[in-house]
Amino acid sequence: MQFDIGIWIAALLTLGIISFLYKDNVIYKVSEAIFVGVSAGFWFISLFWDNIYRKFWVGVFPDPTSGKEPQYILFGGVLLGVLMLSRLFGNKAGWISRWPLAFIVGATAGLKMITFLASNAVAQINATVGNFVAAVAAPTFAGLVTASTVTIGTFCGLVYFFFSKEHKGWFGGLAQVGTWVLMITFGASFGYTVMSRMSLLLGRIDFLLSDWLHLIK
Amino acid sequence: MTAKLYTTITAITITALSLLLLLIAAPHALLAQSDAVAESPDSATTAVAQVPDLGPILITVEDFPSDAGEALIIGWEDPGYVSLPDFIEYRVTRYTDDSDNGMVIGTSVLNPEVIDGEASHSIAHSYTVAAVFPDHEVISARSEPAMAEIQWVAADKYAVIIIGIFVCAAVIFFIETAKRGKTLFLRRIAGLEAIDEAVGRATEMGRPILFVAGIQDMDDVQTLAGLTILGRVARTVAQYDSKINMPCRASLVMTAGREVIKEAYNVAGRPDAYSDDMVHYVTDEQFGFVAATNGIMVREKPATCFYLGAFFAESLILAETGNSIEAIQIAGTAMPAQLPFFVAACDYTLIGEELFAASAYLSEEPRQLGSLKGQDVGKALAMIAIVVGGISVTLAQAWDIGLFQVIESALRTAFNIQLPVR
Repeated sequence: MQFDIGIWIAALLTLGIISFLYKDNVIYKVSEAIFVGVSAGFWFISLFWDNIYRKFWVGVFPDPTSGKEPQYILFGGVLLGVLMLSRLFGNKAGWISRWPLAFIVGATAGLKMITFLASNAVAQINATVGNFVAAVAAPTFAGLVTASTVTIGTFCGLVYFFFSKEHKGWFGGLAQVGTWVLMITFGASFGYTVMSRMSLLLGRIDFLLSDWLHLIK
Repeated sequence: MTAKLYTTITAITITALSLLLLLIAAPHALLAQSDAVAESPDSATTAVAQVPDLGPILITVEDFPSDAGEALIIGWEDPGYVSLPDFIEYRVTRYTDDSDNGMVIGTSVLNPEVIDGEASHSIAHSYTVAAVFPDHEVISARSEPAMAEIQWVAADKYAVIIIGIFVCAAVIFFIETAKRGKTLFLRRIAGLEAIDEAVGRATEMGRPILFVAGIQDMDDVQTLAGLTILGRVARTVAQYDSKINMPCRASLVMTAGREVIKEAYNVAGRPDAYSDDMVHYVTDEQFGFVAATNGIMVREKPATCFYLGAFFAESLILAETGNSIEAIQIAGTAMPAQLPFFVAACDYTLIGEELFAASAYLSEEPRQLGSLKGQDVGKALAMIAIVVGGISVTLAQAWDIGLFQVIESALRTAFNIQLPVR
């Protein structure tokens, strides 16, 4: 059996993290500190090479043999990044860092608006009415029940998220149905996700028993 | 004598084994030979098959509409090769220069069209289409060089533009209405009513408040919504002279979080009580961040935990740890897969759009209230489209009522709804 120091470290740190299930203890604290420190360092290096080198440096100064044009627009991003560092100079220049933040927030809101409209609103209407199209075109009892359930559920779900009217009377009744639809959906999603998390746990146990202890071949 | 005996036994054994192997192998060899003989006439037939000359394959190259200059449509006219018995497929090859080094980008049997989804808008491509037979290919002439074109407007998404304009108009209308001083009603949201109570509890117990604005960066609207609520929470914290701790996974969120809390302390008239240490970066690694946040929770034992933003697999880990330290937990996310965990483990949960509505509800600012009201108009529009669409489809297809056929057709075109093949 070959001794692999990497597997031993990974196994001991896995056990250290799992020891949190008992209570907060010194082994967990050590594992946590190693995990946080190593990952922070890893991400620093990763972001440096991915963004500053591969994206910016290679983009602005491309290999002459590649035939690519220099992308000077990348200096815009660098400028925003440099402005973020103005916080290092205290309150006098710190306010400058709000400009790149404002740019990011504004650009995000603008870009995401149409994406959300297309993927959430239009796609939702498409899917709901599309269900009816399919069910009516080739009518079966199960198909019609499914299409009706989806349509009523979507409608009542939307009523729940309507904020301009108090949930009282008939409107409150529809919102209540919407709440039920949401909770049933959450219940199904809960069970499904728990099963997928079990597979993660099994993966970790498999690592301990096969790669580390070699109890499973 | 003994040596001779051993030699004889070995020779007999080898001979016996050889005979045994021969007996086993012979029938298989004979069968394989007969199969080869049986197959040979067919092979010969295939080899001598002739492909009749049905004329050239004429090809067209067109730009793919409404895209960012990434695709070309290669079409051709089939002279009749598809109906020949040995026809396999049409094969489309892309060339980026004058050489014969092409790259096969797709095949098709019946549909005389292939989309090259990796075409460039800066390099010209030419194409050939080949009708492929078992041992023969009929290749078209090379097409004229063509480049993909960037379209600035996605014409196939005009429904999105119309709805967008309609919703934006409604938002502007309600913002102006609110600015004129008219009161806009918003129904109460249970989780938000509990914020003051939760902060007050932490103050009474002398314990801090933990705030996690999700694990995404500033380019996620859920993070922005979480930070907006942070402003209100921080103001209450400042007023009650309590403590707040905000671990961050992204450096930009840390910077924005500091700005928000600093502003809240200023508004509350307590700028001296603010410290940058209230907000701190941990690591970009998802579970590293979770491990550190769990550590903070079990060591500092915050009385109240807020989880408002975009969460993934860590949602239940955080919420369960918060539960174990008996903290009041208020969560909010628009991640459908994580909502069940928050609903199960937290005291209050802002579901989906409630998270976005929360900022308007808390701020009572005309711009945010008007925006929320405008979005409600968009939701009403969606509800009407779903009901009218459902009824129209049923009446149009089941009873062929003309008016509803028109409405159904209009809705299907607007929302790009495909009619199933009957």
